[in-house]
Amino acid sequence: MATATLPRATRFSGRASILRRAFSGDSLAQALVFLCATGILALTALLVWELWTRSALSRATFGFDFLRTGTWDPVAGNFGALPFIYGTVVTSAVGLFIAIPFGVGAAIFLAELAPPKLSDAMTFLIELLAAVPSVIFGLLGIFVLVPMLMKIVPGLKDALGVLPIFSGPFYGVSLLSAGVVLSVMVAPYIISVSREVLLAVPRDMREAALAVGATRWETTWDIVVPHARRGIMGSIFLALARALGETMAVTMVVGNTPKIAASLLAPGYSIAAVIANEFAEATSDLHISTLVELGLVLFGITIVLNGAARLLILATGRKAG
Amino acid sequence: MKKTRMVFLAGMAMLAVAASGETLINGAGATFPYPIYSKWFNEYHKLHPDIQINYQSRGSGAGVQQVTAGTVDFGASDYTLTDTQIKEFATKRGSEILAFPTVLGAAVAAYNIPGVTTSLNFTPEALAGIYLGKITKWNDPELVKNNPGVKLPNADIVVIHRAEASGTTFMWTDYLSKVSKEWEMKVGRGASVNWPLGLGGQGSEGVTGQLKQTPNSIGYVELTYVLQNKIPYGKVKNAAGEFVQADLASVTAAAASAAKNMPDDFRVSITNAPGKGAYPISSFTWLLIPSKISDPTKKKALADFLGWMLKDGQTMTTALSYAPLPKEVVAKETKAIAKIN
Repeated sequence: MATATLPRATRFSGRASILRRAFSGDSLAQALVFLCATGILALTALLVWELWTRSALSRATFGFDFLRTGTWDPVAGNFGALPFIYGTVVTSAVGLFIAIPFGVGAAIFLAELAPPKLSDAMTFLIELLAAVPSVIFGLLGIFVLVPMLMKIVPGLKDALGVLPIFSGPFYGVSLLSAGVVLSVMVAPYIISVSREVLLAVPRDMREAALAVGATRWETTWDIVVPHARRGIMGSIFLALARALGETMAVTMVVGNTPKIAASLLAPGYSIAAVIANEFAEATSDLHISTLVELGLVLFGITIVLNGAARLLILATGRKAG
Repeated sequence: MKKTRMVFLAGMAMLAVAASGETLINGAGATFPYPIYSKWFNEYHKLHPDIQINYQSRGSGAGVQQVTAGTVDFGASDYTLTDTQIKEFATKRGSEILAFPTVLGAAVAAYNIPGVTTSLNFTPEALAGIYLGKITKWNDPELVKNNPGVKLPNADIVVIHRAEASGTTFMWTDYLSKVSKEWEMKVGRGASVNWPLGLGGQGSEGVTGQLKQTPNSIGYVELTYVLQNKIPYGKVKNAAGEFVQADLASVTAAAASAAKNMPDDFRVSITNAPGKGAYPISSFTWLLIPSKISDPTKKKALADFLGWMLKDGQTMTTALSYAPLPKEVVAKETKAIAKIN
């Protein structure tokens, strides 16, 4: 209301004040933040435009077959994106499958159960984890995680070998290894954001639940977590975005083999990894163009998955509301 | 306080003087020779403080593209230029592109077989068979008959190759294409190819890391890397029929034996080179320099640098585990410098 009456009051006070109004906080700030927002949009649009125009040769050559075929032969100039799409989606899915329970569990502990001092100290360390360069995670993957998996997986195969996802020979580098490395990399995002969201749940709700006789765990699980559900979902999608685009750590442990295998123990390849691996040395125009189109495909996957995420949040929100 | 400021101002003034008289030459390209190139450019700058050569190691593809687009003064590549690339350069820049070999690289076959510590002998048929997926066990007759006295296990061979496009892969596949018709038909040569089988390791450290952790595996690694990291590797049978261990001398020998048939533009593959003592899986790496350089100072500096690189520069290569050029090639190149005008 106050903002509505203010312009009318100043309208009669002459040129000087019009100028002053123009350069005074409100409109200037509005213009600035508007520019910031449109700047980001423009940048995204420019990105899509560049990806679109530079992949023209590849799109003209392969059309939609690019998304349907699985041969990747730079010598013969024959390119298909399917194994890379598969690898990207599968490694991210494995990463999230592991990171979500761990991440949400850790966030609940840090927000609800841990003494505040311990919680702050641990959160600081976890957030540090998010700042570690991904090549470090990749090296840890090669030299620590892969040897560990080489010991664990035979037992896992004995127990679950009947499932197609745990069949076939295991050489250490695999879709599974990449997924496990990704889970370590994205968990800090889930923990850090979910903890903040859980802490933001009003105190009254906890007190009310405890007052009607709920145990501490019932309060947490039935009252606090559902209230923070949207925020937690948000953290998961942040983690997903990170997992889809991760390059270095994935390429170091995924095996870099453009084949589609049902088994998680088989080597695979991801979109970001193949772009990084081949772009610098690609000499033919078609090869470069297909790598750019892969970038476009990755962009598309991100949009589709993010869109699906929004819909999911909307749908669950309505059910609960 | 005053004194430090004076010193600071004096320093700035010197920098300004240095900057004004300095000729800046920019280059970009191959990553494999980057350590020796940066050593050379640094040493050359010490001798000629007025000339500063900058080099971005962005990959051979980028090197060819940037020199063709004219955004750098020279490029560098691990591969021989194709006819298309030469034509494209001619239409875009109106001059010729000259390739000057600088040093040599080689790819070696490294392996991890529990219980085997000797240096294995590999025939071309064995290497092609393994990488085509036709030889699948370590105790295959082709391997056993060339390694008398070595107890090769009845175990599946795990094949490892480089994941990212690289000059090492080009050498390896170029060699396999020369020794195996089937490889040439099915896979061919390239910086990255459609591998019939195997795991991809990221970089030399990725391949060796994978080798160390996978029993009964084989992989190819850049010679410079295995020499610096003391990784054991096998001998390969050359065109003269002898099993040769790759080292700087046998790689230079391969280049020397290929030098007799060296074309004037230095576009030559030296894999499977004839001649005794030649290691068969090696290659030159090239500097790409336009034949017409409009800036006279740059032209003079680049020509002078090439002369220095072929003489004094070659003595610095072995310290960094690069094989130096044989003298036949040096002589031929020294003459070719005159083509820059």
